[in-house]
Amino acid sequence: MNAIVSVDALSKVYDGGFEALKSAELHIEEGEILALLGPNGAGKTTLISVICGITNPTGGAVSVAGHDVVTDFRAARSLVGLVPQEVNLEPFESVLNTVTFSRGLFGLPPNPKHVEQTLKELSLWDKKNAKIHELSGGMKRRVLIAKALSHEPRVLFLDEPTAGVDVELRRDMWDIVDRLRADGVTIILTTHYIEEAEAIADRIAVITKGEILLVEDKTELMRRMGRKSLRVELAEPIAAIPDALADYALEQDGDAALVYSYDSQAERTGITRLLNDLNKAGLMLTDIQTRQSSLEEIFVTLVKDGR
Amino acid sequence: MNKHAILAIYKFEMARFFRTVWQSIVSPVVSTSLYFVVFGTAIGSRIQEVEGTPYGAFIVPGLVMLTVLTTSVQNASFGIYFPKFMGTIYEHLSAPISFAEIVIGFVGAAATKSLLIGTVILVTATFFVELRVDHPFAMVAFLVLTCVSFGLLGFIIGIVSNSFEQLQLVPLLVITPLVFLGGSFYSVTMLPPVWQTITLFNPVLYLISGFRWSFFGLADVPVVTSLLAIAAFTLACIGVIAWIFRTGYRLKP
Repeated sequence: MNAIVSVDALSKVYDGGFEALKSAELHIEEGEILALLGPNGAGKTTLISVICGITNPTGGAVSVAGHDVVTDFRAARSLVGLVPQEVNLEPFESVLNTVTFSRGLFGLPPNPKHVEQTLKELSLWDKKNAKIHELSGGMKRRVLIAKALSHEPRVLFLDEPTAGVDVELRRDMWDIVDRLRADGVTIILTTHYIEEAEAIADRIAVITKGEILLVEDKTELMRRMGRKSLRVELAEPIAAIPDALADYALEQDGDAALVYSYDSQAERTGITRLLNDLNKAGLMLTDIQTRQSSLEEIFVTLVKDGR
Repeated sequence: MNKHAILAIYKFEMARFFRTVWQSIVSPVVSTSLYFVVFGTAIGSRIQEVEGTPYGAFIVPGLVMLTVLTTSVQNASFGIYFPKFMGTIYEHLSAPISFAEIVIGFVGAAATKSLLIGTVILVTATFFVELRVDHPFAMVAFLVLTCVSFGLLGFIIGIVSNSFEQLQLVPLLVITPLVFLGGSFYSVTMLPPVWQTITLFNPVLYLISGFRWSFFGLADVPVVTSLLAIAAFTLACIGVIAWIFRTGYRLKP
């Protein structure tokens, strides 16, 4: 796979001395959806700002499709679209003019058809003549997305696009992400809703304290880091776990349920043996459930270990 | 050259002007009319003429300059400060445009606005006095150069300012006094010798003198000196802006 965005040994120290990025390394492949996860203040927005040209890097290099973002900024930036975290819009301008402006600013000739299509896709067409300050918060976020899509980027950064938006917009957004993915657009997403990343990302990058902790295929990561658990419900309550079952490190969940944790990657999960032993111990089962740890749990573990 | 981007910035800024076009035009017209009433009628009844030109007509170039300077600075400083304040500047910074193109877009729009207002004031003046223009090309050139150079100054002020108060400070405390003391309403020769010398350090004097020359052929300082002064001022502003953009001062962390 070709890296469309390459971040090499990138560092950023702000004037106050705060080190927001420490030698960050990241290679984003063309056409993938990468979720960039990290706690608040981890450096997500700084990283995006440097790639987009809003912040000057202190050291290291960034290139987009082989174009350095500092020395060859025109070629690099014309490929990149950004939906920022903050809702920053000119309040007194109309929706249509605001979106048309973005297209021009990125050096593209006017294309009313494309702008219309973008606004329709975001359910903004009815509001095209409304002033930005008349719009609701969710609508403003739609405008931000429309602005970024108006100049047909090949790489799209979505910096917490779903923070504080309603279900409908979130659905619309994922439809758009699907459509863009089909068109081969590379998408980098930051979010605090990890189930969102779990649902749509191809790869996960975790950043803490200005360092990229890991970049890994989502399924791989979940398989590698994820634990599974088996919960068995018993017909009759038990006071304590029978000695015969001591080897399994079972946990009691209430007095009529046992939880067994196992590694789904292991050659032998020990489930068959456990069920046999339960039977031998004379316990009657009424129900069995398995559960896989979510990306959120994995993320929390990673960040905690990273500290 | 990213001409679509320059045009986009220019159009967006002009739209801001046309949204409030009546305020933008009515207020200079009213204040100019007031100046004519106060200076032209009240003082003009005592000063019949200055170096062969009726006093009412004599003050027209100064009045136009007063408004054009102030509005150029205000338009350009507000133009760049507002996106900074609203945070929409992120888009300019992330777009594939050079800093020179950003300046052309913003200052071009600011200069156009003040040029329009300057024209409106000239037209208003013809209702009060009989105006003659000896060197129309020089007149237009001086007007355009002034709009552009003070637009550049305004752009610098807009970038340096951290609050709306600071934005108002320079026009109020620097530009207005310089224009009033730069011979807008009098000829420098009317001042005592000491003040004549001090006035020569006022850059606005050269603008007004040159501009007035294009109307009546009257000048406090030679026209060439005026042109050189305004050229030097423009270059100085461009120099400062180039430095701002090279370092990212107050724009890029």
